[in-house]
Amino acid sequence: MKLPASARMTASVAALVLAGLTATACAPGTSDSSSTTDEKSGTLRVWLFQEVNNAPKQKVVDAAVDAFEKAHAGTKVTVEYIPVETRAEKMKAAFNDPKSAPDVVEYGNTDTAGYVHDGGLADITEEFGAWAEAKDTDPTAKEGVTVDGKVYGAPFFVGVRALYYRTDIFKELGLDVPKTQAELAATAKKIHKAKPDLYGMAVGGTSTYAAMPFVWANGGELAVEKGGAYESAIDSAASQKGIKAYTSLFGDDNCPAAKCAAMTGNDVVTAFASGKAAMAIGGDFNHEAVEAGKVKGKYAVVPLPGVKAGEIAPAFAGGNNLGVLKSTSHRTLAVEFMEQLAGKESQEKLFDAMGFLPTYTDVRNTVAQKEPFVEPFIKTLDAGTKFVPASPAWAQIDASLVLPNMFQEVITGRKDVAAASGDAAKKMDDAFGSVG
Amino acid sequence: MYLAPALVVLAGLLVYPVYQLGLISFLEYTQAQVSGGEPTTFQGFGNYATLFADGQFWQVLLTTVLFAAACVVSTLAVGCALAVLLTRVRAVPRLALMLAALGAWATPAITGSTVWMFLFDPDFGPVNKVFGLGDFSWTYGRYSAFALVLLEVVWCSFPFVMVTVYAGIKAVPAEVLEAAALDGASQWRMWRSVLAPMLRPILTVVTVQSVIWDFKVFTQIYVMTGGGGIAGQNLVLNVYAYQKAFASSQYSLGSAIGVVMLLILLAVTLVYLRLLRRQGEEL
Repeated sequence: MKLPASARMTASVAALVLAGLTATACAPGTSDSSSTTDEKSGTLRVWLFQEVNNAPKQKVVDAAVDAFEKAHAGTKVTVEYIPVETRAEKMKAAFNDPKSAPDVVEYGNTDTAGYVHDGGLADITEEFGAWAEAKDTDPTAKEGVTVDGKVYGAPFFVGVRALYYRTDIFKELGLDVPKTQAELAATAKKIHKAKPDLYGMAVGGTSTYAAMPFVWANGGELAVEKGGAYESAIDSAASQKGIKAYTSLFGDDNCPAAKCAAMTGNDVVTAFASGKAAMAIGGDFNHEAVEAGKVKGKYAVVPLPGVKAGEIAPAFAGGNNLGVLKSTSHRTLAVEFMEQLAGKESQEKLFDAMGFLPTYTDVRNTVAQKEPFVEPFIKTLDAGTKFVPASPAWAQIDASLVLPNMFQEVITGRKDVAAASGDAAKKMDDAFGSVG
Repeated sequence: MYLAPALVVLAGLLVYPVYQLGLISFLEYTQAQVSGGEPTTFQGFGNYATLFADGQFWQVLLTTVLFAAACVVSTLAVGCALAVLLTRVRAVPRLALMLAALGAWATPAITGSTVWMFLFDPDFGPVNKVFGLGDFSWTYGRYSAFALVLLEVVWCSFPFVMVTVYAGIKAVPAEVLEAAALDGASQWRMWRSVLAPMLRPILTVVTVQSVIWDFKVFTQIYVMTGGGGIAGQNLVLNVYAYQKAFASSQYSLGSAIGVVMLLILLAVTLVYLRLLRRQGEEL
């Protein structure tokens, strides 16, 4: 295209001006998320996770909302159910744009440290300390809301995994319930040999929280705290023993690597529920799914055995919390609503509706008498549980799939246990180091 | 002055995002900075130093280059072969081939990948049944997983090559081809010595396009190998950048990867155009 000189001149000037404008006006945004106002009426926005079968949960929440609105005139509570898969994006968006952010959120307890580091959650140590019901909170659940000694939420429910097994198959083959992890592996292989179309014990290469009890039972650790900083311990001799124990379950004699290396925790439960596995590690939260499957009435649950007979392998203490966002303009109301929904009454109702285990030891004992199926899970909880390092680096370690990659490298035979765990430890230390 | 509207649009849609990408890549910018938990700090080339010191980055880069090269060569071979075939067949089969290709072209990558996964499923997939492969898992091995993705990439990108090259062949004067035929040239000879040189500008465009597309492949890898394959064996640069930038919120590191990709693609394109110009061709 031919242009007169003056026009060409104008065009380039226009381009330069534009470039200059954009350069000066726009550094990447940083939102100011702390709030100074504390209004005593108005609308509280609440985000809760959408469950697979959400109606019973919604009923419990609606009851809590009604009670709260009655007690606080002029206050309206709107609850939104967000899908678990996209929670990370949603939460990031909420932190980035305080104006459209909720006041109270439900979040997974492994996300606590990360959200605190991001500056998203409000420190409610004082309110939590003054809250009468909080005294009965079980210590591991409290650990899940605590970062550096400060409390950033109220535990909402706990989740813990145990060993599901098929009573009919064990009876048919004349097998005993395994009492140690060595017996567990032997039993799994025996079953697969007798019934080649079944996985003796279904295991998943990406199911980290089902694998960790093997590491912990052998005395291993994810990371140890040294003077306020974490240092990875996944490559210690004890940890390596645990990794070996778990990965030895993958193979043509139990759960073929070609299929099981890519399986997730949910895939494992699905395999068990559809009758494709004689044993599987599943959570109390998977109970409904298994009941709805083909194996209903043909299975039982026991705590996952430890290394020696009589021991219970330490389980991962999963679960969700309720928290208040730093950006809320209704701080007092938000904390009060959080206490209402995470209170003993709501938690007991939530257990009746959804089977979620309460975070209060006394409420837990009450519900155990009502529903015998929770007994092995409560036994597991009582035997002592473990938690991921309360470091903001954990979110990054989790997202970069350090542990699933480590297990998969061993399962596929690409690396031996020492090399794979050494690499994983290095990656974890890098992450711990980068967040200070 | 007539250019101003175009420049505004160009600046808004192209220059500004690239500028932001570059800027963020020089900062410490993670979720904590975005939501105001920590102040944003200038890092200089710190992010790049981290990136270049990461052995995995180089491995992923090499994988990406090799995989993209394989995809480009396969796509061009299939596309050109079918374009020549199109000129040789009658109207009905030509229409059928065109429609099939357009169908593949119109299929969104995510749909194509999902359907592909179903076809190659170890338990229920028809492919394993037809070929009697039992419960062979395509995504377990590194190379079989890449081969599977390559097939899908070729399937959804050959139609562009085919249609463009077909249009180019149609524009070649019939006399030239007739003369070659009279001289007794074989099919292959005719392609190599007559068609390919005359189609060079078109082939350049489709090659550069394919290089850019295949280097940036994301959806297929992400969907078919479950976000990078077992133990990350099928990671390519774009998925790696996604993992860094969005999954673990290290936006600045992700931006640095983006800048590196941008520079590589710019370099490839410039070198290619330069080579052409030296041979006296105008694009």
